[in-house]
Amino acid sequence: MRTTHHAGPPDAPAAPVDPAADGAPAGIDERTEPAVRLSGWSVRTRVAIHAARLAARLSRAAGRAGGVIGGRVALALDPGVLTELARPRTTVLVTGTNGKTTTTAMVAAALGVLGPVASNRSGANMPDGLVAALADQPSAPYAALEVDEAHLAAVLAVTAPAVVVLLNLSRDQIDRVGEVRRLERALRRALAACPAVTVVANCDDILVSSVAAATGRPVWVSAGAAWRADATACPHCGDVVRDRSGQWWCRCGFARPRPDWIVRRQSVRTPEGLCVPLAAGVPGKANLGNAAMAAAAAVSLGVPLLPALHGIGSIGEVAGRYRLFDHQGRRARLLLAKNPAGWRETLAVITAHDLPVVLVVNGREADGRDLSWLWDVPFDNLVGRSVIVSGECHLDLAARLVYAQVAHTVVPDPLAAIAQLPAGPIDVIANYTAFRDLTRRLNHGR
Amino acid sequence: MAGESTVDTLEADTVEADTVDIGLVLPDLLGTYGDGGNAEILVRRLQWRGIPARLVPITLDEPLPRSLPLYVLGGGEDDAQELAVRHLTGLAGALARGAMIFAVCAGLQLLGHRFTVTGGRACAGLGLLDVVTVAAPRRAVGEIVVTPRISGLDQPLTGFENHQGHTVLGPDALPLGLVVRGTGNGDGTDGAVQGPIIGTYLHGPTLVRNPQLADLVLARVLGHALPSLDMPAVTALRRHRLHPRHRF
Repeated sequence: MRTTHHAGPPDAPAAPVDPAADGAPAGIDERTEPAVRLSGWSVRTRVAIHAARLAARLSRAAGRAGGVIGGRVALALDPGVLTELARPRTTVLVTGTNGKTTTTAMVAAALGVLGPVASNRSGANMPDGLVAALADQPSAPYAALEVDEAHLAAVLAVTAPAVVVLLNLSRDQIDRVGEVRRLERALRRALAACPAVTVVANCDDILVSSVAAATGRPVWVSAGAAWRADATACPHCGDVVRDRSGQWWCRCGFARPRPDWIVRRQSVRTPEGLCVPLAAGVPGKANLGNAAMAAAAAVSLGVPLLPALHGIGSIGEVAGRYRLFDHQGRRARLLLAKNPAGWRETLAVITAHDLPVVLVVNGREADGRDLSWLWDVPFDNLVGRSVIVSGECHLDLAARLVYAQVAHTVVPDPLAAIAQLPAGPIDVIANYTAFRDLTRRLNHGR
Repeated sequence: MAGESTVDTLEADTVEADTVDIGLVLPDLLGTYGDGGNAEILVRRLQWRGIPARLVPITLDEPLPRSLPLYVLGGGEDDAQELAVRHLTGLAGALARGAMIFAVCAGLQLLGHRFTVTGGRACAGLGLLDVVTVAAPRRAVGEIVVTPRISGLDQPLTGFENHQGHTVLGPDALPLGLVVRGTGNGDGTDGAVQGPIIGTYLHGPTLVRNPQLADLVLARVLGHALPSLDMPAVTALRRHRLHPRHRF
């Protein structure tokens, strides 16, 4: 972390844009700032990019994550800045309900074989976060950007990406984002309007397949799908989608496309029929699928397969996910899960062993205020483990666990919860804002 | 299938003769908001009182069983709602045999005469409830509190709603209650009650917050009242949701 140096009110864009404040606040190492080559851009865009970088540096100097505020400033100065920043590069957009941040890190690592890559590594995946990431690396010829699924249509229109990676679509924050089948229709319309884009799509996911089938020549990856409950009715005709050991089809003719890439246990079969081991540095079956999706995207842009897989396998921690923290003698592994499909996957990862677990759930705007989804998560998998319930919505979670007959204790503050467990390794699963806040507090040791 | 592992543990190993079978209706279609929780809650509340009960998931792969004493319907998106109606015509026969139905959100809508889907198209419902649902001008999303108006309920109902339906009750249906906060049917009332059917816009696992409503449903199924069940976790959750100013 940078040293904390308070330069004006945090996140206030107006105050710090003062030339005097540019005098390298404590903790900023000028050598880490990449050279900026801004030729070819309009004056307005150049001003916006400089302002974005300045605001980001000041925000970081104030001990904050930085990026997004810079993006906001740049967009205010030049609404066309995202188009300008994206235009000269080869861009990969990654979207879907789960696995965006991890897969984007994998794509960035694989594209790194070809040259410098701009990427929104922190997971800030709305337009302001994308602008910040691109402004931070203005001369990188490649970009790997994760995009919030509800913002993909808008981002597609302005960034002209070479590749779009579609991971999976399932229910998530329905009160904020809306129902997933509406989202599927919006994505289908948006991608059908971009015939030049190569879509890398998971053909095991019915809703993703419906979106990608509307595009020119998708690259199909059999990456696995743990969640089918939002695609019982066919997205095209509304009839029942049938499934026999993963081969799904509907009476109307919509059926699982033949995969070009196939994940089988710990390896992937390429379109040429090669069987290559997949080594993901992050745990779980879903991440093997994510690794294959990233490889397919990188290979479609000319990255040789083995260097691509090597880069992908080097990703071990992504924006704090899977990170190990020491807190008062407890070695906590932090796992993020935001929706039923994500929780299901994460519970499968942690039930490989028998460590104590802290569950942290918030219900803020960004998490979704509606806690109904707790009842789509198979918490009964935790029966017999040492479980602590925590977070702002500990009451909703505790009632859920009572009905799942999972014995637990309630400690609303997650750090206090961690400290209450015996010294040694523990797992912590947290949803979006709970994870973010906990990572911040662990970084600051309080 | 979604919720499979949750459902499995609720199925009794051996089925006793007096086991109460609770039908979870089409969880793959009508389960958008964790609605399967209602059936799970009802099963547990019987088991914890020593009454053998099990959850019977009803899927599209088999015809609707008509002999269950209780059918629990959840919410779903438009396509799912239409597909569900086609599969559920047998519910009329189940009602004729004395069954009871508890339905939330889209489940409530599809029991009525008609409901409206995306694009304003009207679809025929099952016609078991004397209600008609049309599209509301805007989506109702948020916490909802309802004062119940049916006998056997005196505690406020708390839940979450997310729908764009305006439901109009005919003379044969009565509202479940009056809306204190939120939208409900759209005219100041929420839900519909008609003979053995109870429906509400309080969606998802609403019975976790409303144990009195859960026990009312069970009492009607069994034909007698149940002893009270002390659940401090549920009491604390209710207090928090009904008085949101009590922050932590």
